[in-house]
Amino acid sequence: MEVAFDRPGPALGYESTVTAKSIVFYVLRRIVAMAVLLLIVSFGVFSLMHLAPGDTVQVLLGTRPASPQLVASLRAQYHLNDPFFVQYLHWLADAVHLDFGRSIKLNEPVLTALGERMPITLFYGVYAFIISTVVGVSLGVLAAVKKRSVFDRGAVAGAVLGVSAPTYAVGLVLLYAFALQLGWFPVIGPGSGFADRFWHLTLPAITLATTGTALTMKMTRAALIDALDQDAVFFARARGVSGRRILFVYGLRNALMPIITAAGIVLTVMFTGAVLTEVTFALPGVGTLLIDSISSKDIPMVQGTTLLVAVLVVAVNLIIDLLYLVVDPRVRITGSLQ
Amino acid sequence: MSELLVEAPGTSTIRSHKHRVQFLVVAAVVFIALVVVCSIFGGSIAPYAASAQDLGTGLAGPSSAHLLGTDDLGRDVLSRVIVGARTAVVGPIVVAVGAMAIGTALGLLAGYRGGWLGSLIMRWVDLMYAVPQLLIAIVVVGVLHGSYWVAVAVLIVLTSPGDTRIMRSGAVEQRGLPYAEAAKVNGLSGSSILFRHIWPSLMPLTVAQSFLNFATTIVNLAALSFLGLGVGPGAADWGRMLAEARTLIAGNPWAAIVPGICIAVTAASMNIIGDWLYESLSLRGRAR
Repeated sequence: MEVAFDRPGPALGYESTVTAKSIVFYVLRRIVAMAVLLLIVSFGVFSLMHLAPGDTVQVLLGTRPASPQLVASLRAQYHLNDPFFVQYLHWLADAVHLDFGRSIKLNEPVLTALGERMPITLFYGVYAFIISTVVGVSLGVLAAVKKRSVFDRGAVAGAVLGVSAPTYAVGLVLLYAFALQLGWFPVIGPGSGFADRFWHLTLPAITLATTGTALTMKMTRAALIDALDQDAVFFARARGVSGRRILFVYGLRNALMPIITAAGIVLTVMFTGAVLTEVTFALPGVGTLLIDSISSKDIPMVQGTTLLVAVLVVAVNLIIDLLYLVVDPRVRITGSLQ
Repeated sequence: MSELLVEAPGTSTIRSHKHRVQFLVVAAVVFIALVVVCSIFGGSIAPYAASAQDLGTGLAGPSSAHLLGTDDLGRDVLSRVIVGARTAVVGPIVVAVGAMAIGTALGLLAGYRGGWLGSLIMRWVDLMYAVPQLLIAIVVVGVLHGSYWVAVAVLIVLTSPGDTRIMRSGAVEQRGLPYAEAAKVNGLSGSSILFRHIWPSLMPLTVAQSFLNFATTIVNLAALSFLGLGVGPGAADWGRMLAEARTLIAGNPWAAIVPGICIAVTAASMNIIGDWLYESLSLRGRAR
């Protein structure tokens, strides 16, 4: 995060110093940095696959008999006779053309496999993000407004437990209680059609949202208490400004930055949470695809999946930083001047 | 996770607030002590041997002979939970200490010396903050078929940026304080100011951070073993038990739920202790 937001800007006339040009320049610079980062990640994963134990040809052969002709053709096809760095450049040249090769295990193009799995992960991922933001912010606001009440203490204790509770354990408990014992939700499968899928993916979404909700609540509460502690709020109260206006205009608006930070952290945490959630609920999403391809040493698939995740992570970070620009005028200056 | 701290209590209510916090903290310390005892003497406390199979009993719910029931191989769940405390405690301790060592070295270097090396270190920290760390651990340990200790080593690298950030900002802050400047005026060398004066004053904060790191790591390590990475199959490990009991949850839910609760409560206890240390230490620092 290159954006500094603790530096106060000049009091007057700051809007005019922010030109559209400087923001475009800022975004362009970030995109170049993103590309460099993706290059590093892909090279890292490529090296990792080379360090991995086991013979690559053996994996590529699968169950086929190892005839010398087949081995030779596989070595040629995957450029295994070339030096390591040349192999990487071959992969990179294909990847730039959006050709990530074929999955060895699934025997289909990597992009097709990802395209098949993506909708499920995206569905309950968005679902979980909505839950964690709506529930987390509401509980955080309530706890901050009723600071030191029984509700507040309960919420804080719940947040400590929610942040500490492992995703997979939460998932198992929910699965046991609501699917096996009460029978309210299905035990297995992603469902088909929107309503059915919504019903099938509710438990996974709640599971994935647990950590995020707790984090969002904790950060919203702390930020709002901070914002309401300002002298400006004290004087606004003395002036007779309504409680509602103080909460939304004086409090929440100033607490928005930490809440956006929380949203960014939650999204990043969710990438890992998705893997654990999908394994817990045996969902055929991108997370299980990654785990399966790692354990079967499906090199093209691991490369493609990690690159997809890296692109998403980098995009989330960029969006969060751009949101800072939108929300806080002070960042616009330090962000563009840096 | 220093950013996630709850606000410091106002002076007017500090007494009542402190009282409540201490009860929770005492409960957390007692629980952690219990876990530590299990991790050291687990083998002799456990009513059965952790790997002793009783295929005649097989999968069964709680009974007077097996308080938490048995798993599909007839192994006593309670014994496995007690013995499993060891991998749950040892790894996180090593990670917390390792991250503290790396974070202290890099953070002090970046904060006190600064320069291009300092900005390089902080770029690295920023990068690590932006990525899903556990996911990196999953890919690295999974692809390398790493053991438990490979997982621990990977987590040390991924955890150290938090310590680095704290040590750096601490060093930057302390560098400008009168005592540090006085030491400089007295002709002390840079390294002696850094190690004899600045480092000791930052030590308490890193200790508090280590408790929080422990909490994160126990969840992360268990997540890796839940995915079948790190700890070998059949080992008495909380994460492994969860994974293996996942399919047996209808037969004996306790086999899955108790290890899960152990992980969550251990992590929560360490978070409570760490938060409390952090709060009291930073309050003391401010009063000084």
